[in-house]
Amino acid sequence: MPIDIATARKVARLARIGVEEADLPALAREFDAMLAFIDQLAEVDVAGVEPMTSVSPMKLPLREDAVTDGDMQAAVLKNAPDAREGFFAVPKVVE
Amino acid sequence: MSMPVPPTIAAARDGLRKGEFTAAELAEAFLAAIAAGRGLNAFVHETPAIARAQAQAADARLAAGDAPDLCGIPLGIKDLFCTKGVPSQAASRMLEGFLPEYESTATARLWEQGAVMLGKLNMDEFAMGSSNETSVYGPAVNPWRDGETRLTPGGSSGGSAAAVAAGLCLGATGTDTGGSIRQPAAFTGITGLKPTWGRVSRRGIIAFASSLDQAGPMTRDVRDAAIMLRAMAGHDPGDSTSADLPVPDFEALLTGDIRGHVIGIPREYRLDGMNAEIAALWDRGAEMLRDAGAETRDISLPHTKYALPVYYVLAPAEASSNLARYDGVRFGYRAKLGPGDGINEMYEKTRAEGFGHEVKRRVMIGTHVLSAGFYDAYYNRARKVRSLIRRDFEAAFADGVDAVLTPATPSAAFALGGAGAMDPVEMYLNDVFTVTANLAGLPAIAVPAGLDRRGLPLGLQLIGRPWEEGELLDAAFSLERAAGFVASPARWW
Repeated sequence: MPIDIATARKVARLARIGVEEADLPALAREFDAMLAFIDQLAEVDVAGVEPMTSVSPMKLPLREDAVTDGDMQAAVLKNAPDAREGFFAVPKVVE
Repeated sequence: MSMPVPPTIAAARDGLRKGEFTAAELAEAFLAAIAAGRGLNAFVHETPAIARAQAQAADARLAAGDAPDLCGIPLGIKDLFCTKGVPSQAASRMLEGFLPEYESTATARLWEQGAVMLGKLNMDEFAMGSSNETSVYGPAVNPWRDGETRLTPGGSSGGSAAAVAAGLCLGATGTDTGGSIRQPAAFTGITGLKPTWGRVSRRGIIAFASSLDQAGPMTRDVRDAAIMLRAMAGHDPGDSTSADLPVPDFEALLTGDIRGHVIGIPREYRLDGMNAEIAALWDRGAEMLRDAGAETRDISLPHTKYALPVYYVLAPAEASSNLARYDGVRFGYRAKLGPGDGINEMYEKTRAEGFGHEVKRRVMIGTHVLSAGFYDAYYNRARKVRSLIRRDFEAAFADGVDAVLTPATPSAAFALGGAGAMDPVEMYLNDVFTVTANLAGLPAIAVPAGLDRRGLPLGLQLIGRPWEEGELLDAAFSLERAAGFVASPARWW
């Protein structure tokens, strides 16, 4: 199924990546080339095959339900582009 | 004050222990080599102060007789590893200025054992690329040249490969999601090992595709890979997928005796239009292993042709999820906002400006294959075919195959700037021989095995059974000895 400009716009929006309107046709063409390559998978017989969840058969380990980390506000905020009064600051979300 | 540098980790270790030179002298020699090698653009953040302090501490341990193998050994670290207080930006504008508050487990282990950090190494942005050309720092350059033409060192661990091949460090960390250790190793005539998924902790390594990513050593030879893997590997409660298995002394397992081992030669890897020199090298590799006493056997891995399409669904899908964290809030880049811009404009502008083209393309493809209406057709189908690819290998191993021999790459290193002329799918074909090991979670190693007619290195790959890195390294050791690759690039940089 060819990717139209509306689909390219929607995907960019879902990915939260700003794409100029003028760049959407080229993006749609790139998606098309990629998806044409991926579409080979449609010919594989996957009846009865489970999707892989972990490449190494392993049970996720449980650990004691205890606090092992924390109390490091300064370190957590140190790399923030905008941190104020102990918080991450962002543009206004709710009017 | 520079001394001649030892060629390998093992030689440096032995020299340090015998007192032939100090760790401080060794560090100075490599810092000088790095300064003289800046034209290769391999080291992108040099850390001489850390190197000197660690070397001094290593000398104290050596004097006290408490020196692990890596004590005093100068290493380079891929920019993808978080190193405390040292830039760790995955070669992306998105993480410019980011100074991690913690150390990755893999590098922490190296420093605990006395290794010396020379600096951070160039790579493709967020490890997405096969030529180092998606790096925000500009590409690393291969120390091997084709006449006067400058070549890519491969990618994504291109800076690691260039640095080791040019003698700017004795070993380097790499990471491998679809071939990012093995392809650059092959392009630069060095050894690169991708361990079994789960062997080396991923904690503190900037994530690309978590079910495929695995860190490993890039070194001058197989013995050094064995030494360095032992130091990096091991269970880490901070990575719930790291294996709680003992880490053997891999170096002690190198016997060079491959008699009686069965080496599978998968017929599906003989591609239409395959480079004749690569095909001949592969045949020669099989012959060398036979001469060393191994049995080679033609095998079939029937789902091989679907490995790349599976990879280009799963890796972008996981990347779109992993890279969602780069939103301009907690760390990294935030775009300048215009009047009236709200939080969505902040996300969209930040990610448009902070990510490079290839990263954006993959994040969007991943978003598409995970979106409503496409999830089953693409993502779930790819996970099913991935199961079939792993089953192919399981069947071969169950039939008595100990390791699989393939070419490492479809060509020798290509010219820098050539990537621009390729479409993305063509570029992705670089991973055609390597990506199956990531999808199946298997350990795999690239070993330099010969030169092409232009004098450029070519590598062969061995793929082993899960958790059997020791056996794999031993097979690679036999191949290395038989191939007798000793060439190194003539210094021009």
